[in-house]
This record gives sequence, structure tokens and C-alpha cells, in this order.
Amino acid sequence: MEPVLRVEALRKSFTLHNQGGIALDVLDAVDLTLRPGECVALDGPSGSGKSTLLRAIYGNYLVSSGRIRVTHKGAAIDMAAATARQILDIRRHTIGYVSQFLRVIPRVPALDIVAEPIRARGHEYESARAEAERLLRRLNLPERLWHLAPATFSGGEQQRINIARGFAVAYPVLLLDEPTASLDADNRRAVQDLIGEALARGAAIIGIFHDAEMRARVATGTYRMSEAKAA
Amino acid sequence: MSAPPGLDDAPLLSARGVTVTYGRRTGCRDVSFDLWPGEVLGIVGESGSGKTSLLGALSARLHPAAGSVRYRDRTGRVADVYRLTEPERRALVRTEWGVVRQNPRDGLRLNVSAGANIGEPLMAIGARHYGAIRAQAADWLERVEIAADRIDDPPAAFSGGMQQRLQIARNLVTGPRLVFMDEPTGSLDVSVQARLLDLLRRLVADLGLAAVIVTHDLAVARLLAHRLMVMQGGEVVETGLTDQVLDDPQHPYTQLLVASILQV
Repeated sequence: MEPVLRVEALRKSFTLHNQGGIALDVLDAVDLTLRPGECVALDGPSGSGKSTLLRAIYGNYLVSSGRIRVTHKGAAIDMAAATARQILDIRRHTIGYVSQFLRVIPRVPALDIVAEPIRARGHEYESARAEAERLLRRLNLPERLWHLAPATFSGGEQQRINIARGFAVAYPVLLLDEPTASLDADNRRAVQDLIGEALARGAAIIGIFHDAEMRARVATGTYRMSEAKAA
Repeated sequence: MSAPPGLDDAPLLSARGVTVTYGRRTGCRDVSFDLWPGEVLGIVGESGSGKTSLLGALSARLHPAAGSVRYRDRTGRVADVYRLTEPERRALVRTEWGVVRQNPRDGLRLNVSAGANIGEPLMAIGARHYGAIRAQAADWLERVEIAADRIDDPPAAFSGGMQQRLQIARNLVTGPRLVFMDEPTGSLDVSVQARLLDLLRRLVADLGLAAVIVTHDLAVARLLAHRLMVMQGGEVVETGLTDQVLDDPQHPYTQLLVASILQV
């Protein structure tokens, strides 16, 4: 299988201009290849740049050098050199991202937050909502919460909305940042099933999994961040 | 939801080297960018950074000292906005653009009815049937969450939030393709802001509108804009995807702006 994502010689450093111009080198020479059906778990201590790598792949962080080549609509595009419009199109169709925390939009109900990526691909409101309902039901989010804005929800409830949103569309590439950190055993299993189904349909996944059992069940390989830094 | 901005269509608005001066003082200097159909561009920066000067020059209200603003209309014709004759320019603004002012009092006629405020721009582009105009006004009142039975009340009797929603209806009723907004939530209480933001987000997405939004409020920019331009001292110091600029700001000034946001 051809890779869908190739990270090549990726470096990322942050320059803090208002704190004496300190430079923090977070990623150094990351090389990683991902094929359909693979799930690579990022491994390394806190601060080793796992989340930074996911954010760089998603275009949320700029990279200092290197390339992030993703197969988008049949062509290879370098996320590190893509325009804002290309990145938005890649996020709509190719790369999904489940962050650790839900960014709540005032007044927008849970169901619409989950349905949004489906609608952004041009699907009708009704079918998008039906799919959103199916996911929220699988993740055991009580129906009475569906029509409420999640600002006041618990951490676990917000995280399930985030997960549902990330799995609402069949992205070829999925980035998961500790998707199960605040979930109970039943919901961890539900997420594990979603990940398994995504892999079975050919999705390629990079994840940060603190839950060792989850990692053992879904990961097909491991990428050690600390090794990358020492290299 | 949005007709996502396609990748192979042409820009809607192209600014090149736009410079605005007031005597010897500079409003904004050498600003260039392209805006694409359906795209929302946020212009952020503190007061005095040149945001409003730039918006004035983009929206045909402030003749730039240098540079050009080109716009592609719905027939596909590209016009150099400041080379049009005055009547041509007014026709373009009336049929293709909307301009939402910070203070609704500047964008509304306060002593004529809410219905007339929405109907006027329709009549300015040729609508004549009273019943149809009134029906459209009622429909737009509902879309901006104002009770239809307020149609005959003058906006002077409305709250600030209602006035701002009415101003938005007045601007969108003619089906513009591009809307310019100057601090659209700036004059409102925070609780009223959230409702207006939600409304703007939905309308812009549902109608596939392109928009240029000036705001000093980075949270507003995050919610509404696809892309940001950060201005300081009349110049653009940073530009990029909204979440990237806010989460990984590169320029010292942007880092300072982002670091200065108060957390609640």
C-alpha cells in the first residue's frame, strides 16, 4: 500500500519573542510514514512533542523545516507549504483531528457540533444530524444533552462530543490526541470499536494513547519521540 | 453549512499595495491579499493599527493614496473599484456588497420602521411590489430573530442587540456576495454578543458569503474567520489560517496580543 502520510525531517521550534527570545526545540528530525490501515502510537514522556507533532500535521502549528506530505484527493500536498485554503480543504476531506479538549461555541448544541464536519462536505442537514445522533448514541451521550450547548458538560461528555465529531466523516487520516483520557471503561470500549472500524475501512491513524490497554488493542506500531530527539 | 470555498475558482476581491494616508499620517501601508468566494477574512489588531482605514479602502469608502482593489462581480467581470465612475461604484456596492457598521445607528434609519429599513435596499435595486417587499422584510426579521410583530416599530425603540441584528438583515436582504463588517459585536454586552456571533456564523455559512471582518477581539476572530491578518502600526505583520495564527503566533506583536487575552 502506498503511504497516505509521510513526515520527513520535520523540525519545530518555538521562539518566545516576549520572553527574551528563548527558542524551544520541540521536534527534531521526525520521520514517519503511515499507510492505510495502520495505527501508529506516539510514545514518549510528557513534553517530548507528541501533541506538537499532531498539531503540525494538522496545520495548526507551523513547522520550522521539513515536509509533511499527505495524499489529498489523489495528489501529494505538503502541509508545511500549503496555503490556508488548501489546508482547510485537506481538513474537510482528508485529515480529521480529535483534540484533547472541545472548543465550545456559544449557543451551538452538541448535535450540531458533531454534524458540522458532515455538513461542511455538502451533505443535507437531516442526514448529517441522523449520523451525529447515531454516533452520540454509540458513545452513550444521554439524549437529553444532544440539544444543549456543551459549555456546562463534564469533561468526559465534552470529550465524547469531540470524538463523535472526529469520527463523523470517514477521513483517510485521523489524528487522535488522548481520545479516552477522561472516559470510563464502557466508553473506552466504544472508542476502541470506532478506531477498529476506521482502520478496517482503511483509515491511517496516529494517536497518543495513555491508556496502555487501548494502545495494545489498536496500535499496529509505535513511534518513539525521545529517540527522534536523540537522533 | 458553507458551500466550501472551491480551490480552482478565481479570487473575489484582490487588494494590491493598498495605502491610506491622512495628510502626512499613514492609516495603512502596502496591504495586499486575495479573498476567495465563501471565505471569511478577519483583520485583527489594536485601535490605531490601521484596520478601519484598510476596511474603508477595501469597501470603496476611503480612496487609497496608492494601490488597487479589484472585485469580480457575479457576471464574472473584474472591476478596478477606484477606476469606476462614481455611479458605477455605487451600483456595485448596492448590488454586490453589504457594509455592517460597528454602531447600528450609523447603518440604520432610526425613525422609520424596521420593515422599511429592510425594504429600502430592496427598492434601491429595483423592487417595487409592496406586498413582496413586506413579506421579505418579515422573513428577514425572523431570520435575525426579531419577532415579526415588530415590523412597524422604529429601531429607535429596539435594544442595541436587536438594532445590530436589524442592521445585518438590512445588509443581507439584497443577497450580497461580500460583506464588510467593522467590529460587528463591539458595541454590545457580552451576553448579547454570543447570540449575534452565532447568528453571523450561521448566516455567513448558509449563504456562502465572503466577508472581511475587522475586530480587536481575538475570540470573535476565532469563531468567525477562516484566515487572519494581524495589523500593527498600519502594516500587516502576520497572516495565516486563523487557528494557526492564534495557537502558534510567529510575530512578536501577535504573540503579545495572544498572550494578553484574559482567561475566565
